[in-house]
Amino acid sequence: MTSIHILLLIPILAAFLIPVIGRQFPKLHLGWAALPIPIVLFSFFVSKVSSISAGETFTGSVAWIRALDLYFSVYLDGLSLIFTLLITGIGSLVVLYSIFYLSKERESLSHFYAYLLLFMGAMLGVVLSDNLMVLYLFWELTSISSFLLIAFWFRRKKSRYGAQKSFLITVGGGISMLVGFIMLQVMTGTNSVQEIIAMRDSIQEHELFVPALVLILLGAFTKSAQFPFHIWLPDAMEAPTPVSAYLHSATMVKAGLFLVARFTPVFGGEATWFWLVSGVGIFTMFWGSFSAVRQKDLKALLAYSTISQLGLIMSLFGLGSAALQGGASAESVIYTKAIFAALFHLVNHSTFKGALFMVVGIVDHEVGTRDIRKLGGLISLMPITFTLTVISSFSMAGLPPFNGFLSKEMFFTAVLNANEMTIFSMDTWGLLFPIIAWIGSIFTFTYSMIVVFRTFLGPYRREKLEKDPHEAPVGMLISPIILCMLVILLFFVPNRLSDYLLSPAMNSILPAYQNMDGLIPKISPWHGFNLELFMTAGVVLLGAFLLRTYRYWNVVYDFFPEKRSIDRGYQWMLARGESGSKRATDRYMTGFLTNYLYYIYGFLLLVVGGTLWLTGSIVIDTSNDAPVSVYEGIIIVIMATAAISILFTKSRMTATLLNGVLGYSIAIFFVLFRAPDLALTQLVVETVTTVLFLLCFYHLPEWSKEERSLKVRFPKMVVSIGTGALTVLLALSVQGNKMFESISSYFEDSYKLAGGRNIVNSILGDFRAFDTMLEVVVLFIAGVGVYTLIKLKEPKGGDDIERE
Amino acid sequence: METMIILLAGVLVSVATYLLLSKNMIRVVLGTAILSHAVHLLLMTMGGLKIGSVPILGDTVETYTDALPQALILTAIVISFAVTAFFLVLVYRTYQTTGTDNLLEMKGTEEDE
Amino acid sequence: MRENDVILQTVSKVAVFIILTFGVYLFLAGHHNPGGGFIGGLTLSSAFVLLYLAFDVETVNAGIPLDYKMVAATGVLIAIFTGMGALLFDSAFLSQTFAYFDLPIFGKTELATVVLFESGIALGVVGVVVTIIISISEDV
Repeated sequence: MTSIHILLLIPILAAFLIPVIGRQFPKLHLGWAALPIPIVLFSFFVSKVSSISAGETFTGSVAWIRALDLYFSVYLDGLSLIFTLLITGIGSLVVLYSIFYLSKERESLSHFYAYLLLFMGAMLGVVLSDNLMVLYLFWELTSISSFLLIAFWFRRKKSRYGAQKSFLITVGGGISMLVGFIMLQVMTGTNSVQEIIAMRDSIQEHELFVPALVLILLGAFTKSAQFPFHIWLPDAMEAPTPVSAYLHSATMVKAGLFLVARFTPVFGGEATWFWLVSGVGIFTMFWGSFSAVRQKDLKALLAYSTISQLGLIMSLFGLGSAALQGGASAESVIYTKAIFAALFHLVNHSTFKGALFMVVGIVDHEVGTRDIRKLGGLISLMPITFTLTVISSFSMAGLPPFNGFLSKEMFFTAVLNANEMTIFSMDTWGLLFPIIAWIGSIFTFTYSMIVVFRTFLGPYRREKLEKDPHEAPVGMLISPIILCMLVILLFFVPNRLSDYLLSPAMNSILPAYQNMDGLIPKISPWHGFNLELFMTAGVVLLGAFLLRTYRYWNVVYDFFPEKRSIDRGYQWMLARGESGSKRATDRYMTGFLTNYLYYIYGFLLLVVGGTLWLTGSIVIDTSNDAPVSVYEGIIIVIMATAAISILFTKSRMTATLLNGVLGYSIAIFFVLFRAPDLALTQLVVETVTTVLFLLCFYHLPEWSKEERSLKVRFPKMVVSIGTGALTVLLALSVQGNKMFESISSYFEDSYKLAGGRNIVNSILGDFRAFDTMLEVVVLFIAGVGVYTLIKLKEPKGGDDIERE
Repeated sequence: METMIILLAGVLVSVATYLLLSKNMIRVVLGTAILSHAVHLLLMTMGGLKIGSVPILGDTVETYTDALPQALILTAIVISFAVTAFFLVLVYRTYQTTGTDNLLEMKGTEEDE
Repeated sequence: MRENDVILQTVSKVAVFIILTFGVYLFLAGHHNPGGGFIGGLTLSSAFVLLYLAFDVETVNAGIPLDYKMVAATGVLIAIFTGMGALLFDSAFLSQTFAYFDLPIFGKTELATVVLFESGIALGVVGVVVTIIISISEDV
C-alpha cells in the first residue's frame, strides 16, 4: 500500500461520505466539502513533478487475487503524471465553478458531488493502474459515473437518452477492450502493462497481436468519441455544464488518448495501428470541425469541436507511432515530434476547452439560452465573459499569442513530416494528411469565431432571451480566469512545461528513444516564414471568408441529412435490437409459470436422462446397503402415504399438516442416521414453517380445485413421475459408482484443527465459514424481502418522471 | 436402506413436481417445501447411512458418519426455510394485489392492462 | 381474535424461559456437542414466536422493545466483521482460532473466536425469523 494507492482511493471513499456530510450539515453547499479533495490530490501530484522529471517512476503493488494475476498495482510516470494533474487540477476548478453554478436549493447536490468524486477516483485509477484488469475496472467505473452524471437531471427525457447512449457505446467499447486485454494476457502471460511493454518484441509475430490491437483501439475510440462512435458526445451535453467541462472535454474523453499513448510502446510501429489511429483521428478531426459549424446550440458546437480536437490528438499519436517502425533510429526521431505535439495539444486543449465550457455555462446560466440564433450583442453586458471567450476561442482557432497556436503549428509540422514518410505506403497516401488537416483547421477557425461573434457581437435582442443578462458572479469567473491565464502563460513559457511534464511523458511513451537527441524539440513561437505559417495564414483567411459567407454555402449540409446520419443508424439498431429480442422472447415467454416449469423439467429430463442413458451409467448396486429395520420401514411407508395424500386432500390445512408429518419424519430419520444437529434444526424449522403457513392462510382463500380433466392432468403426471424416476435412477447410479473416496476424513481432525469436537459445527463455523456467513446473509436478504413485501405498498398517485 | 430412502425421495420428488405444476399458488409453495425435504434425504443418503457413529469426537469411537453432507443439509434447511417464508409472503401479497391465487389468471405484462 | 387463552399464556410464561435457557445452552454447546449458532438461534426464536402466539404483538413489544430487523442486521454484521477481524492478524478472511486459558473458577477453559462468529449467526437467525413472523401477523 503506497501513498498513491491511498490517494487514489480517497475520492472514492469521499464519494460515500458526501451524502453523510450532506445530511449532517444541511446548510452547507456540498461543493465546499468536496473542493479540498482535488486540491489536496493536485498538490500531491505537483510535489512529484520534480522527481518525475528527473526520470524517476513510482510503483506500488497490493496483491488482490494472486491466482488470477490480479494485483492492485499503480505506476506513476511522466505520462500518468500529466493526466493526474489534469484530472485533479481541472477537477478542483470545476468543483469550484460548480459551487456557483448549481443551486443548493434546487439540485440534489449530494448525488452530484458523490458521482463527481467517484468519477475522479475512477479516472485516477485508469491512468495510474498498471494491471490490465484493474485498469479495465476503473475504465468502466468512469463510464458508470459518466452515465450517472449525464442523467443527473434524470427527469428530462433527453438526459436519459444521452446517458443511455453514452453508456451503451462506451461500455460496449470497454468490453471489446477487455477482450483485447485478455488476448494480451494470453500472449504475454502477465497483466502488468509495464511487463507487456518489456515483452513487446516477443509478441509481435503472435497471431493474436493484430486482433488485440484492434479491440483495444475500439475501446479507445469509443471512449474518445472518434468517428463513427462520436455520436454519444453531443448527446452527453445534457449533463450539467461543469460535468461537460470536466468529463466530456478535459478528462474522461481523453482516457482513450491515454490508452493509445500507454500502448504505443506495445503496438507502435505496426501498420494497422498507424493507419487506424492516424486515419480515424484525422477524419474525426475533419468531420468534427465540419459538423461543429452547423450547430445552433453552443454546447453542441463545443461537443463537436471536442470531437474534432480529440481526433487531432489521436491522429498525432498515430503519426508519431511511425517512429517505432524498425526500431529507434536517428532518422525516425523526427516522427516523434507528432507525439510531442499530441501531448502538448492535450494539455492545451484541456485549458482552453475547459474555459470555453465554463464560459458557455455562464452564458447559459445568466442569459437562459445557448441557442446561437437567439444570442448576440452580449459584449457590453458581460465584458469579462467576453474577454475570456476571446482568449479561449482564439486559442482553439490557433491564433497567437495563445497556447493553441503553438500546438497547432506543431500539428502542421507533424502532418507535413508525415507527408515525407516512405513507410506504410505513405508515399501514396501521405499527402492526404496535410490536406485534411488544413481543411479541418479552416472549419475549426470558423466555428471558433462563431462562438465569439454570434454570442457577443451582432445585434442584441432582449425579446428572445429568457432573462436579463448580466455579468456572472465572481466565484463563477475564477475558474475560467485561471484557465485563460494558463492559456496565455503557456504561450510564453512552453518550454518549462516541456521540461517538467512533456519530456518525462515522451520518455515513457517512447522508451526506445530514451533521452535521444531531438526527442524533445524546443518550442518557439516564431519559426520564420515556413510552410506552417503560411498554412495558418490560409486558415485565417479562408476561415474568415467561410464565416462571412456561411449563409451562401450552408446548403452543403443538406447533403448530409439528419435522416441518414450515423445517429439514426444507432437509433435504428437500438430499436431493431429491442423489437427483435422482444419478438424472440415473446415466442416462448408466455407469462404462465406452469409453461416455464414444463420447459425446465422437459430440458432436465431430456439432458440428464439422455446422458444417463447414452453413457450407460445406470448401475444399480444394492449390496452395500445398510439393513432396514421394521420401524424405519414403517416411517418410510408413512412418509410415502403422507406425500401422496397431499395430492388428494381437499383442504389446505390438511395438506400443511401432512407436510408437517413429512418434516417431522425426516427429523426422525436424522436421528436414526446419526445427525443430532440436523434433527434439532429440522424440528424447530418444521414448527416455525408450519406456523408460517398457518399465518399466511389467514390472508388467503381456501385453495380452489385443480382441473381434473385428463388433458390437464396427463402431462403433469408424465412429467412428475418422469422426474421422480429420473431422481431415483440418478441417485442409485451415484450409489453404484463410487468413483473416489469421501473427503470427510479430513474434517475428522476437527479437534486438532478447529478445537471443536462437533465435526458438523466445526465445518460450519470454521472450515467452511464462508458458506455459513453467506448463508446468514441470504437469510437476512429473505427477511428483508419479506419485510419490504409486506410494508412497502404502492403509493397512491403517480410521479413526475417524463416518459416516452 | 439406501435404496429405500432413494425410492422415498423419488416419491417425494414426483409429488413435489406435480404440485409445482399446479395453478394454485399455495400448492406451488408446498411443492417447493416437499422438494427440499426430498433433497435433504438424498444428500443424507449420498454420505452413506448408519455407518459409524455420531460425528462428535469421542475417545472410544473409531469411525464416524460422514459429516460433510450433514453440514450441507444444515445449511440447506435454513435456506429453504427462508425461501419458503419469502414465497409464502410473495403469494399472499400477490393475492392481495391481484385478487387471485390462480396462476393461470395472472398472465400478462403492463401493456396488457 | 380475542379468545380465552389463559392456559396457553400461563404455560408459555414458564415454557418460554425453559426454551430460552435451552436455546442458550444449545448455542454454547455447539462446539463439542450437538448445537451451535443455527440451532441455538432457531430455538431462541421459537421462544419468541411462542410469546407472540400466546400474547398479542403489542404486549410483547412493550415487554421486549427490540427492533428485530436491527437484531438481524447486527447479527449479519457481527458475522462479517469477525471474519474481517482475522485480516487484522494477517490470516485469511474468516479464519478462526482457539486457545486454552486458565480462568479462576472455571479452571482450564477453551476460548474460541468461532463463538463470536456463531453469535452473529444466532442473532441473525433470531432477527430474521421473528421479523418474518411479526411482519406477517401485523399485516391486516
